[in-house]
Amino acid sequence: MSAILEVEDLRVDIPVSAGMLHPVQGLSFSVGRGETLCIVGESGCGKSLTSLALMDLLPSKATRSAKKLVLDGEDLTTASNNRMSDIRGNKMAMIFQEPMTSLNPAYTIGNQLKEALLRHQNVSSDEARERAIFLLEKVGITGAASRLGQYPHQLSGGLRKRVMIAMSLMCGPEMIIADEPTTALDVTIQAQILLLLAELQKEFNMGMILITHDLGVVARVADRVAVMYAGQVVETGTATQVFDNPTHPYTQGLLECIPIPGKTERGSPLGSIPGIVPSLVGELDGCHFAERCRYAKSECKTGAIGFQEGMEGEHVYRCILDKDTCAANFAKGAA
Amino acid sequence: MSDTVNKNASSMPSVAPTPEQVTEPSAGAVIRRRVFGHYGIVIGGTILLLIFAMAIFAPYLTNFDPILDQDLGNKMVPPIWHDSPKVNPDHPLGTDLQGRDYLTRLVHGAQISLLIGFAAMLISGVIGTALGVAAGYFGGRVDMVVNYLITVRLSMPVILVALAVVSLVGSSLWIVIWVLGLLIWDRFAVVMRSTTLQVRNLDYVAAAQAAGCSVPRIIMTEIMPNIANHLIVVATLEMAHAILLEAALSFLGLGVQPPAPSWGLMISEGKGMMFFDPWLVGIPGAALFALILAINLLGDGIRDVTAPENRN
Amino acid sequence: MLKFALRRLGVAVLVALTVSLLTFSMIYLSGDPAMALAGETATQQDIENIRRVYGFDQPIIVQYLSWLGNAVQGDLGRSHYLKTDVSEVIFTRLPNTMILGACAISFALLLAIPLGVVAAMRPNSLIDRMALGIAVVGQALPSFWFALILIFFLGITYRLLPITGTDSWMNFIMPSIALGYYVTPGVMRLTRAGMLEVLGSDYIRTAKAKGLRPLTVLFKHALRNAIIPVVSLAAVQFGFMLGGSIVIETIFAINGLGFLAWESIQRADLPMMQAIVLVLSIIYIIITFLADMMNAWLDPRIRVT
Repeated sequence: MSAILEVEDLRVDIPVSAGMLHPVQGLSFSVGRGETLCIVGESGCGKSLTSLALMDLLPSKATRSAKKLVLDGEDLTTASNNRMSDIRGNKMAMIFQEPMTSLNPAYTIGNQLKEALLRHQNVSSDEARERAIFLLEKVGITGAASRLGQYPHQLSGGLRKRVMIAMSLMCGPEMIIADEPTTALDVTIQAQILLLLAELQKEFNMGMILITHDLGVVARVADRVAVMYAGQVVETGTATQVFDNPTHPYTQGLLECIPIPGKTERGSPLGSIPGIVPSLVGELDGCHFAERCRYAKSECKTGAIGFQEGMEGEHVYRCILDKDTCAANFAKGAA
Repeated sequence: MSDTVNKNASSMPSVAPTPEQVTEPSAGAVIRRRVFGHYGIVIGGTILLLIFAMAIFAPYLTNFDPILDQDLGNKMVPPIWHDSPKVNPDHPLGTDLQGRDYLTRLVHGAQISLLIGFAAMLISGVIGTALGVAAGYFGGRVDMVVNYLITVRLSMPVILVALAVVSLVGSSLWIVIWVLGLLIWDRFAVVMRSTTLQVRNLDYVAAAQAAGCSVPRIIMTEIMPNIANHLIVVATLEMAHAILLEAALSFLGLGVQPPAPSWGLMISEGKGMMFFDPWLVGIPGAALFALILAINLLGDGIRDVTAPENRN
Repeated sequence: MLKFALRRLGVAVLVALTVSLLTFSMIYLSGDPAMALAGETATQQDIENIRRVYGFDQPIIVQYLSWLGNAVQGDLGRSHYLKTDVSEVIFTRLPNTMILGACAISFALLLAIPLGVVAAMRPNSLIDRMALGIAVVGQALPSFWFALILIFFLGITYRLLPITGTDSWMNFIMPSIALGYYVTPGVMRLTRAGMLEVLGSDYIRTAKAKGLRPLTVLFKHALRNAIIPVVSLAAVQFGFMLGGSIVIETIFAINGLGFLAWESIQRADLPMMQAIVLVLSIIYIIITFLADMMNAWLDPRIRVT
């Protein structure tokens, strides 16, 4: 599987009153065609900004830099604004988190769907309409033709979410970024949406980045996982590798927090990671997780922490402890 | 894979704050800083105070009487910055068509503008606030009736109605005040209604109702304090509005009557000679402009300073 | 949408009726309208004649209803002073006021909206501060003084524009500016505030993410939503302009309703005064009704309320 998106050392910096904020620090990953990469992390770790950085939709004060940012062989760091505008919605599309406010209340959804296609491709209005109906039906909306004439406020949250998904697919993109696609939806609908995304991805052979804080979602759909903490990737690998052999203490902590039916005893305290996320203003020395890590040593707090290899293949983690120690720690903790 | 070593360590503070750092500035200090740091309030407030002082100390500022001292030998003297032989240091701002000292008239005119502005604002404020708060608090039919009243009021052009009424009833200082006061209450009503609506549904109002407080008490103790800042802002704007309206009415001859030194009237009296003696129009107009500007700046400033976004 | 329109129409009619009642009763403010109409030099006989001719001797309610009945049919009474039908005079002079109002509001909007949009696109920049500065100054300038200043510089000193009358379109330039600038600050601020809010909204982000061109995002998506409250404000301000035109028309000697009102007041021509207030109020009611309709068309969400 060739990579549709390759990212190396992606950084986002934002000047704030207290100094310079570094919400994304040196992210590197790649996404293959037909492959789903899940970026996992808690609120504030920089996952949403990462997606905005990829699309070049950062707020004006923010600056983006990367050693490598290549979409289907094209270097995005040198792309002009016009070129980026041509790519957005066309080759690379994004599904935003909040369905309630992400659609323009003044236009019908038909208008907004068609607009996405008409902007990029030389098709007639009727052809655009056909495509819109086709996709609305694909995302499970019945009576698609009549829906086209409806306004966003006439649709429920779940329906709007599906419309957003359909809208992102109008041009047949090769890369989709879905930011928290299941948050703000009912649990029952969450499952449907995830299944839908997985089907569509396979059908259209798209690369997908799925951003979430919900490990259950990750377990269901991810081919590969990147765990983010405080602006950095702390562990990445295939889903199996990361779930079966979580090596970085943060990943381990995350997994320990999930109660497992059958295994977690009634009445036992739920796992949690004590402490709070560090401030990302100014330069942080050493491992970002050190303050909260059970196994932290004094060497953890100085210098940059690089990646070490975990299991075979692409599994890497950012910690100075070797993988066997980590595995042993995990076994102890889980018991 | 970043390998750069970050050696400039300004890592996050882990030292406990000292006692001095723990105590925040007092509420009074915060307010003072915000108020005096706001350009609008400072500039507007200063100008307004100056004009206010001018009005209060008017009789002591000059030697002339604004109405009676007609120095017919000294008609149409230009202000002292003019390049003309007629300039007279006794009359630094010149004299008008009847030889009256312009500085004196200007300074006494401030009294008229401020008085009318303030009084009309009070009258319209009472009417409008009563209507608006009632509509916002009681809702339902009361709201419908108040909205309907506001719409009716808005449909009738203020200046025309004011002119018509004054022409029929007679024009004097107090008639102008009352006519304006009875006409410009609409913005008070609209703003007080919407702010009351916002506040009305908050929990502490429900708590007061649950505790059995009487309606007037709830309105006075729970609602009014929380809409007071909006009230002040609208009050300043409507005061400016009233002053402008009076000036326009006097300009048209149906406001304050001559020989009173209303600024609008002075402009009207001078406009015939405007080409030759532009200061007759320029000076009172500039004074009006300064006064309105000051009041508007002050009102905007109060709004900025008391807006919820600025509260900590 | 139809129900919405009908409801608004009902309110408009009710307001119009109330206004007519108030306008009608204005005439009684002077005490005895017959005396006011007759003037100071009239004899008792003259006053009695007037009382009979104008029906002042009838019960008030009858007077009101017959006045209203006539008004609805287009008969607004007779001007005692001019000796012609009031309606005739009014509708001859109305176009001038409408033209002036239209020019003034166009000037105001053409200045205010672009300024507001640009100020919102670059908040706290030089142009933003300039725009706010213009707003602050504009709100403080008395209209009649501004008109005199314009006359002084553009009309007298530099002789660029005609000062009085309505001979050509150039006559309307200064009056339109003098009448319209007062509306500019409010519209500019509202546009700016609306654009700032809209530009930060999620659907604008979605529009950009779809790869839409910047101008499309700005006009089709952003301005379209931000302009909604501006439409209402512009309509209301147009209504105010019609009433406020009296000052400007008088200064520039434009033969419109405002000037006619001024003349009627001078002459105590009560039927004329009444009729002018009524006509201007009705026009305002119609305009705001149309603005409501336009609002509902622009914002689909309003149609359900």
